[in-house]
Amino acid sequence: MMTVSSEPSVQHAKRPSRLFKNWMSKLASLPMILTALVVFVGGTAWTVTYSFTGSRMLPKTKWVGLDQYERLWETDRWIISIKNLAIYGSCSMILTLVLGFSLAACLDRKIRFESAFRSIFLYPFALSFVVTGLVWQWILNPNFGLQNVVRNWGWESFTFNPLNDPNTVIYGLLIAGLWQGTGLIMCIMLAGLRGIDEDIWKAAKVDGIGTVKTYVVVIIPMMRPIFITALVLIASGIIKLYDLVVAQTGGGPGLSSEVPAKYVIEYMFRAQNLGQGFAASTMMLCSVAIILIPWAYLEFGGRKRG
Amino acid sequence: MVSLYYLLPLYVMVVTSLKGMPEIRMGNVFGPPMEITFQPWVKAWSEACTGINCDGLSRGFGNSVRILIPSIFLSIVIASINGYALSNWKFKGSEAFFTILIIGAFIPYQTMLYPIVIMLREIGLMGSIWGLVLVHTVFGMPILTLLFRNYFASVPEELFKAARVDGAGFWQIYFQIMIPMALPIFVVAIILQVTGIWNDFLFGVIYTKPSTYPMTVQLNNIVNSVQGVKEYNVNMAATLLTGLVPLIIYFASGKLFVRGIAAGAVKG
Repeated sequence: MMTVSSEPSVQHAKRPSRLFKNWMSKLASLPMILTALVVFVGGTAWTVTYSFTGSRMLPKTKWVGLDQYERLWETDRWIISIKNLAIYGSCSMILTLVLGFSLAACLDRKIRFESAFRSIFLYPFALSFVVTGLVWQWILNPNFGLQNVVRNWGWESFTFNPLNDPNTVIYGLLIAGLWQGTGLIMCIMLAGLRGIDEDIWKAAKVDGIGTVKTYVVVIIPMMRPIFITALVLIASGIIKLYDLVVAQTGGGPGLSSEVPAKYVIEYMFRAQNLGQGFAASTMMLCSVAIILIPWAYLEFGGRKRG
Repeated sequence: MVSLYYLLPLYVMVVTSLKGMPEIRMGNVFGPPMEITFQPWVKAWSEACTGINCDGLSRGFGNSVRILIPSIFLSIVIASINGYALSNWKFKGSEAFFTILIIGAFIPYQTMLYPIVIMLREIGLMGSIWGLVLVHTVFGMPILTLLFRNYFASVPEELFKAARVDGAGFWQIYFQIMIPMALPIFVVAIILQVTGIWNDFLFGVIYTKPSTYPMTVQLNNIVNSVQGVKEYNVNMAATLLTGLVPLIIYFASGKLFVRGIAAGAVKG
């Protein structure tokens, strides 16, 4: 592939066959073409097709129609996963946007040590979800962590043990998820704020509009595209949520912090129930499509993207 | 202050990893170590157990490095050629393939996991490091191709045309004109790939076997193993060790990291 072609391709352009026109470029793009067609299109189509079969340990073509989907929606574990994702998703969406924007707004007010603060807010993003999950598992450890420290300070009845309570475990994940992800959104928001004309601020001052009100009424509507990008980013991150759960809680206590991505992998690779895994992953694909299609439509006005 | 929330975990990791177990049982997770010991670090690196193997995180580190280097090389070479072909040597359908590639970046990985298992099995790379390298190359392609395509598209077309008039071909222009100009974008791509591949857990856990597990997977197995007494100081040392590579990249690269994630932001 790396051989240097000694003939100028202008010669090839004169060839009658259209397939060979610009042939070196086509040859060089072969890895991309194969990835796009075989892995992305082919792989997705394969999974969707096999989600209508009764595959268990090995994929087989015994058609069962929508049985897998019916069973999926009757499985408690899947329902719990969906509920968890809904709670985590909505909280994470709102809090990440609010926190990310507030932090960006603070940094934008030309405070001292701005770059130091930016590094502090952003460094968790460089860390993996596994590392994030394990650190927070340790800090939230009831016997040695935060709860114990506060109790030692004299507040004996202080209880903060989210990871061992099925009702609150999802918020324990949220604390860790926000820690890891808000820096990125802050960075995007900050870039957006920097792009806003100084004159807007001057005009707001002349009109006597307060700082907070200026942000809410003038600046945020101006940053609509940035907010939409941020939303798409957060949403696609939420659907992929997997490593954090595995590292921080392992889906427990019981099944109380299961998420769809984990469900798919458990059924495909541990429970030897491929059909369920395929059906669940197809549902994930549908949810991404529901988020992305309106966005693509808004962003690109219905014309082709890319 | 809000900074406390962001800084605390790093601080806790560092102090816990430097304490002995008796001090940890006393229970002040935020207190600085009274007696600094590097024993947990040594143990995490060379003795910590996963299942029957007790050779510590060093094996995972070695695997991660052996996965990282070919993955970065392969994915960046392919993506830069793609980007170059897409911006300077357009052919019929090239934009269509690119669009599929970008849409593919948004498809949840879970939908493609199993077909890839079958493909890797067919070519005999399932469970091996090279299989995982291939997977990282494929999934890194959308964002990297986008990065290089946008960069090469911003190069003045006159330069390209002049080279063509001088009789330079596809590869000559790529090696002699495009690569030397694109060096900063290569650095951004490397930063993006190092953090992305090092931090990967999903592909590692599925496409490798225990002897080839990358560091993140091994770390999770060490810390979340159910057998034995929990040694929190060793766990935190192991966690910190795993986080060290991306942290160093982050603090060393500064502005370029931000540029990398701003480019990555398009991908999601």
